[in-house]
Amino acid sequence: MDRIQKRKQRYIVSCVVLVAGVAVLFALNICIGSVKFHFSDIACNQTMRRIVWDIRMPRATAVLILGGALALTGYLLQTFFHNPIAGPFVLGISSGAKMVVALVMVFLLGKAIHVSSMAMILAAFIGAMMSMGFVLLVSRRINNMSMLVISGVMIGYICSAVTELVVTFADDADIVNLHNWSQGSFSGMTWENVKVMAFVVAITFVVIFLLSKPLSAYQLGETYAKNMGVNVRLLRVWLVLLSSILSACIVAFAGPISFVGIAVPHLVKKLFGTAEPIWMIPACFLGGSVFCLFCDLLARTLLAPTELSISTVTAVFGAPIVLAVMIKRRK
Amino acid sequence: MEYYFQTKQMSVGYQGTPLIRDITIHLDKGEILTLIGPNGSGKSTILKSIARQLHLIDGVVYLDKKDLAGLSGVELSRSMAVVFTEKLQTEMMTCADAVATGRYPYTGRFGILSREDRQAVNEAMELVHVTEIKNQDFTKVSDGQRQRVMLARAICQEPEILILDEPTSFLDIKYKLEFLSILQELCRKKRLTVIMSLHELELAQRISDRVLCVKGEYVECFGTPENVFQPGYIQSLFDIEIGRFDEANSQMELQAAQGTPEVFVIAGGGTGKSVYRRLQRDKIPFVTGILFENDLDYPVALALAAEVVAAEAFEPIPKELFEEAKKKLDECKQVICCREKFGLLDKANEELLAYAEEAGKVGNFPYEMKK
Repeated sequence: MDRIQKRKQRYIVSCVVLVAGVAVLFALNICIGSVKFHFSDIACNQTMRRIVWDIRMPRATAVLILGGALALTGYLLQTFFHNPIAGPFVLGISSGAKMVVALVMVFLLGKAIHVSSMAMILAAFIGAMMSMGFVLLVSRRINNMSMLVISGVMIGYICSAVTELVVTFADDADIVNLHNWSQGSFSGMTWENVKVMAFVVAITFVVIFLLSKPLSAYQLGETYAKNMGVNVRLLRVWLVLLSSILSACIVAFAGPISFVGIAVPHLVKKLFGTAEPIWMIPACFLGGSVFCLFCDLLARTLLAPTELSISTVTAVFGAPIVLAVMIKRRK
Repeated sequence: MEYYFQTKQMSVGYQGTPLIRDITIHLDKGEILTLIGPNGSGKSTILKSIARQLHLIDGVVYLDKKDLAGLSGVELSRSMAVVFTEKLQTEMMTCADAVATGRYPYTGRFGILSREDRQAVNEAMELVHVTEIKNQDFTKVSDGQRQRVMLARAICQEPEILILDEPTSFLDIKYKLEFLSILQELCRKKRLTVIMSLHELELAQRISDRVLCVKGEYVECFGTPENVFQPGYIQSLFDIEIGRFDEANSQMELQAAQGTPEVFVIAGGGTGKSVYRRLQRDKIPFVTGILFENDLDYPVALALAAEVVAAEAFEPIPKELFEEAKKKLDECKQVICCREKFGLLDKANEELLAYAEEAGKVGNFPYEMKK
């Protein structure tokens, strides 16, 4: 009994730490920027209010939502493939989504048609499913952890190459922005964007949370999940759909972002000392938010007023973690 | 008659191609069925099909008069638990956590364990003696401990029937015996029905109420161990060409030495076995006698000796047999006597020894024998 209490305590403390982390970093993201900010300014200074309310607030909120979604996708994919280094980026899912979005944008912008957020997500979803389908095909044939990742990275390169090609040749003024986006960036978020992503991510999150029990059985291996009465095939379909929706939503708004999906679930598992989905699902979300808020803060401020691409920062912090995980497993 | 568990014309295999056809098994509640057969004969395929891991190609499986295929996922998980060769994949789970995953069919929407669930987990761990390792990481315990944790997990799932695929393969002899004893106790006390595959024939013979022999496209044989373990049957089931398995005592011997016999061994009453085996190791062909057919040495002699002079049990040794033994002894260069004293009925052996001593053939060469 004592041990169970102790564990629960650890979970709760860890949750508090993460929530506090989100709150503090959120505040910092709003306060720190190329324009200095004082609370007194908001009342009297119209420009300052606009900077905070129309630029920094939606951006920080978007980072919070998408960062969480990113880590959650990583967790789902790792669970799905029973592979600790799976993530939307290494499996080429982000790049697939990016490619289709770029193609759609270039095509529609060329005809001067405005592309709505939802349409972007849909395009990204199609791209994500394409990559996912390819990776699934490979994983059917070869049941090998590293081969899976290699094939994911390869399809990622192909998709990125196609995207680059499209972006380079379409030199419309609007499309110049695409270049930034295709490298991964949280800049230029509007409240309209935030509303859409909050809606999509919230619904997906609830569905994932409701699946936490069958997920816990699935983690034990398919044989035992089947014996527990889990409809494994249906669960796998759900996992593919949900992780693709989340990836699509992230890519549609922020482009491909590396390493968050792999690194954060591992950090959070270490923090909580468990891999139980019922704790991991909310914890990965919070952890992803903290990680991305922190990285975006650095991306904005390190070389201000120039902005770093977000993946540059996430890679610096995420890649060592991934390496550490791989080395530890080798032992 | 209706049985508690039965299959009717069950055909199993992969992707619609039957591997084994027309399997008909029936078991009463609380019985243990063991599947034996050569590697790759399809024992696991049968177990997986019964456990609904594979689709049946044909036929029906009934549990307590209900068609197993018709059960819902939850119903199945409440009536059947499995311990397969696939490892339970755990991450940051203690042994107690691993056992607790067996409570899955009884927990609510979010799988949170109630007080009763925890109690069931503790009881199950108590039963298989793994309480002392409950806080250790599941991936870091030994094979024997892991297998017992898996059994505890299956027990706390409170099934009616338990399916195990080679549960004792990686256990040492102590744990093999302990594991099977626990299983037997569960069957007798909780009326649990067990279907498993075993590689250890000697254990299968002892623990099983029924044995199913799997080989080729059809099931070779289904029955009680007494019916199945008939002399010579195992030899043919496994196509044993080198060495020998003795069904009556479930002992096995390596291949006998070839060639014309060089040594005559006077044995009986179990005194000869170790000498036979020593001669086998040194590849020295030998003759042995005069043994009664119910002697402990007799099955080993049959497996290892070039020739055996054997007499009918409980009867005096006839004169002709004695003469035959003498003739065989004449052909050998050496005689080894394993006996220290002789009984009323085997006076013939005593005479044989005297005859050999006269010929100067008795010696402990090539071995230092107690005499």
